[in-house]
Amino acid sequence: MSYHSFLLEPISCHAWNKDRTQIALCPNNHEVHIYKKDGNNWSKIHVLKEHNGQVTGIDWAPESNRIVTCGTDRNAYVWTLKGDVWKPTLVILRINRAARCVKWSPKENKFAVGSGSRLISVCYFEQDNDWWVCKHIKKPIRSTILCLDWHPNNILLAAGSCDFKCRIFSAYIKEVEEKPAPTAWGSKMPFGEVMFESTGTSGWVHGVCFSDSGNRVAWASHDSTVAVAEGGKTAVCASLTSETLPLLCVTFITENSLVAAGHDCYPVLFVYDSNKAAMSFGGKLDVPKQSAQKGMTARERFQNLDKKATTDSKEAVLESVHKNSISQISILNGGKAQCAKFCTTGMDGGMAIWDVKTLESAMKDLKIV
Amino acid sequence: MSKNTVSDRFRKVDVDEYDENKFVDEEEGGENQLGPDEAEVDSLIRQGNLMGALQAVLKSPPINTKNQNVKDRAEGLVLKVLSSFKSTDIEKGVQSLDKNGVDLLMKYIYKGFERPSENSSAVLLQWHEKALSAGGVGCIVRVLTARKTV
Repeated sequence: MSYHSFLLEPISCHAWNKDRTQIALCPNNHEVHIYKKDGNNWSKIHVLKEHNGQVTGIDWAPESNRIVTCGTDRNAYVWTLKGDVWKPTLVILRINRAARCVKWSPKENKFAVGSGSRLISVCYFEQDNDWWVCKHIKKPIRSTILCLDWHPNNILLAAGSCDFKCRIFSAYIKEVEEKPAPTAWGSKMPFGEVMFESTGTSGWVHGVCFSDSGNRVAWASHDSTVAVAEGGKTAVCASLTSETLPLLCVTFITENSLVAAGHDCYPVLFVYDSNKAAMSFGGKLDVPKQSAQKGMTARERFQNLDKKATTDSKEAVLESVHKNSISQISILNGGKAQCAKFCTTGMDGGMAIWDVKTLESAMKDLKIV
Repeated sequence: MSKNTVSDRFRKVDVDEYDENKFVDEEEGGENQLGPDEAEVDSLIRQGNLMGALQAVLKSPPINTKNQNVKDRAEGLVLKVLSSFKSTDIEKGVQSLDKNGVDLLMKYIYKGFERPSENSSAVLLQWHEKALSAGGVGCIVRVLTARKTV
């Protein structure tokens, strides 16, 4: 597991290229910086300046090597590499509030942008006009869309919103694709159709993720819960309340295991049992440094008792790798089916890369099913 | 000054009520919720069965009802039960509750903090400490983010 501190400011969002040698991130301002790995260091090779507001979402399409960014200036840009320079193309989203998140679809012929205008813009390239065009999904969204994830069939889109619901919409665009085959979530999928709407959890939905097969969707909510729903004739929801601060991002690492991270600054494992339709807490995934146990002198004890009304010798220092909330988690190797490595970035400006095998051997009782 | 600038009543109009995009929570029928059974809880306290009284008073919480009286009565009853516990028994009381029970207890504790009376805050703080070690910070987050509460 390695940790690299890029900045002192929070990293707003990040995205990796196909072979994981380059990372594009937003250093909490209007720009996107692309860093390239050389040896153990990272060097900044490109700076993408076009946005007029903070960049809130970045996604890097692995096959077509295009980057899409969206920001609080209500715009999205698609960047293509021409020679050694990234050239932007403006996409008109027709929104009147900030854009919050953006994701390429699996086939990279569409992307979806969630915004504060209480709608999702699904954009596709129109060959005749040589221009990106967008369609809106409005009903029944009542508040800002915070997070998006695509189903592997390139049609269904999961969206987590500030109106306390996680929904799965159909983003079928007849101009660019064929009619989809039926899935676990339903068979009729006209554009904008709600295939699933969550119940049971309250709190803003910060992070949403489809499993590798697309039959399960997980979401992390601001009321410190994480929930998984399985598609079927009637969707089955299982949620787990946690004793920690709210989680901000969640991802599947196998079909049954999820890793989530948030305001507690360390990633956490959850396991979903489909037979019992229940979730359980798998374990904390941070490896704390073994600090030398110092004995306390009597004088120190009295001082502690006087100052803090407790003789506890725990120092007020975070022992986790990240020193501030983790805001985004991304899979590096292995996909969502057999993830081998994942990466977290957070408000402390640092990026940590976690190796699943090392974590499994380091923590006893940690089983990733 | 012209006559129509004399009144400032327009400043007291709640403009958010007229916003057509205003978020309204879903209605869940709660008109029949009456809160915990007063007679049952009182008899359990008199018998000295404090654990039973705690379980009884946390049953059927008036979460969905809009009737403020029912909510106030429930809160008063819960406070009565919590105050009748001995300090040393509080921990056992909290252990006897399941996860949802601890969340509900925390909701009542914070409701009780809103309107402090004679000795209520001291008692509630002791209960808060024990409930926090059982439910963690997540429990308090759920009190803060609940749309419908006791």
